[in-house]
Amino acid sequence: MAILRSFGWKSLNQERIVLAIAIGLFVMAALALPGFLTTGNLVAILRSVSVLGILALGMAVVVIGRGIDLSMVAVMAMSVAWYLQMLGNGVADGTAFALVLAAVIGVGLVNGFLVAYAEVPAIFVTLASGSFVFGFVRSQLISQDAVPVPRGHWVETLGRLRLASVPPEVFLFAGLAFLAFLFLRFSRWGRFVYYAGDNPQAARNIGIPVRPMLMLRYVISALAALVAGLLTAASLQTINTRMVNSTLLYDIVLVAVIGGIGLSGGKGGVRNVLYGAALIGILLNAMTIIDIPLLYQNLIKSTILLAAIIFDGVINPRDEQTAQQGDI
Amino acid sequence: MKLLKTMVSAIALAAALMTPAMAEDPGPAAYSAALTGKKVVLVPLAMGFDLAQGWSAILKREVEAFGGSFETRDPNWSTEAGAQALTEAISSDPHPDVLVVMSPDLNSFAKILKKAQEAGIYVILIDNPANFPADAYVGSDWNKLGQLEAEAVIKGCGEGSSGKIGLVQGDQVNATSLYQYEGIMKVLAEHPEFSVVAKPDSNWDATTARNVTATMLQQNPDICGIIDFWDATAAGTSAAIRDAGLSDKVFLVTTGGGEKTADCATLEDGTYGAVVMTDLARESGDMVAMIKYLLQSGQPAGTASPYIYTLLKATTKADLAPDSCWDLKAMQAAAGN
Repeated sequence: MAILRSFGWKSLNQERIVLAIAIGLFVMAALALPGFLTTGNLVAILRSVSVLGILALGMAVVVIGRGIDLSMVAVMAMSVAWYLQMLGNGVADGTAFALVLAAVIGVGLVNGFLVAYAEVPAIFVTLASGSFVFGFVRSQLISQDAVPVPRGHWVETLGRLRLASVPPEVFLFAGLAFLAFLFLRFSRWGRFVYYAGDNPQAARNIGIPVRPMLMLRYVISALAALVAGLLTAASLQTINTRMVNSTLLYDIVLVAVIGGIGLSGGKGGVRNVLYGAALIGILLNAMTIIDIPLLYQNLIKSTILLAAIIFDGVINPRDEQTAQQGDI
Repeated sequence: MKLLKTMVSAIALAAALMTPAMAEDPGPAAYSAALTGKKVVLVPLAMGFDLAQGWSAILKREVEAFGGSFETRDPNWSTEAGAQALTEAISSDPHPDVLVVMSPDLNSFAKILKKAQEAGIYVILIDNPANFPADAYVGSDWNKLGQLEAEAVIKGCGEGSSGKIGLVQGDQVNATSLYQYEGIMKVLAEHPEFSVVAKPDSNWDATTARNVTATMLQQNPDICGIIDFWDATAAGTSAAIRDAGLSDKVFLVTTGGGEKTADCATLEDGTYGAVVMTDLARESGDMVAMIKYLLQSGQPAGTASPYIYTLLKATTKADLAPDSCWDLKAMQAAAGN
């Protein structure tokens, strides 16, 4: 064991395992698959995980603070669908956007309030608020699942924008990842997120405004969802609210958690989101190039994820301290 | 007196003569006896897409016109919710007389629908075939639909093209996806100069369609045509083609409900090369005819299971006509909702 330890086996936590798998897959795909290692394909990989990555950043901020936001996909799809529907109905752009922004911040505040002050578990609050947002917008505010982007609108222009043939969501993902990194690492409130996530009681005792900060985190995740929704609409020229029923929500949690952000809070950072996104992006791209049917893709994806989790469990067994935290 | 007698007999005679002319047409009475108060319930995959809203508007108008009641259930793309809606409808009292059902896949609803027939409810399957002997299937022949798409893409690629075709399938359980694929491959087998170079699934999600198409075009930049199995995902596929700068080189074929903004506007602006469209008015008309027939037939539910296929046509920009598409907004405005 001592020898093993000196080789640094213990330092092989889930984050590094995932990074290692991602690099391994990348090397294998680059060697075996023609056309994998082209600029175009690398941009395509980045792009395919950018929206997912932005959502995962928002989720990460909430999860590090020992919470979870299951309303993100509903907020993402429904806010943008309502926005586009208002534009289609002739509402002025500024008014429509202000309304949507207010609604999105409102959902974040309500989520945060119920978790922080009413002390309802986050998983129930956000599950319910997600359903409410979907149901209310779908039944009261929009007439169809799919709402198109009006011709000539700035969202359409955004979707056609290219800088060195790289689409805007990649830059936004990079920019937001950097911002999130600065916030979590260097801002005082960012550091407080870790304290609050690690031990909320202790954080409160030393005078950290735990509850207002908790509300802020849910507002951040709601805003991340709005950005992701706008980028999706820009790229497809339409938004389909059917995505609320898709596996996107699980993929967001997956990207955050597989990269090593513990659901028990207080652990991880932006780097973990990037590793998780890289693994998923490379994996899906390689499987699409090989033309593996979707059913097998899901099987392979879940097998790799399970393997990473089990491997982590074996080399980093749970001890008294980690077990006390109470995972979700 | 004699005059009076003559007059009375004349009137009697006239009355006797008049009777046959006054005799009622037996049609309306029989029609109304069989149809008045009958309950028709539509259970599509979801109410939120163009075809479902079109069917619903037309069925509602027709059923209410013959004095029946019309209801819809919205499972919102969830198979479980659909199954629950059906179970609940079957056990409700009075239960519906006709269930108009769009099945999510070949098998999920088979048992429930059999129960419905045993309870005396006629079952009309629409648009998505299933392994179940319904009282009628009204919708597309998906194999034929695939053949039309393949013919359209072959024509769109043209002579001397690379002959490379990409498919963006839906999934591997839905009959529309499976049969569509069969039809496409049947035609391509007769054209050895054309081959399928990639056939990813979109899982009916536009973002996934965009991502897989981007990869497909990256690997095969000389693809001359792509068939996307649904116009809702073709939004993603066309975005990938546009992003790759191949809008002029890749001929995109898809299928849809023939709604104006979804299909005709996109044919007009060149996003789609060809769309195999469903004739909504005719398809809904067939459903109405089957409902009227079954309710008057007196036959027990499950007696026969005919296929009422809707005529399909691949429409391109060249043969777009003012009546090629139907307008959902106008239809909803006319229905007052």
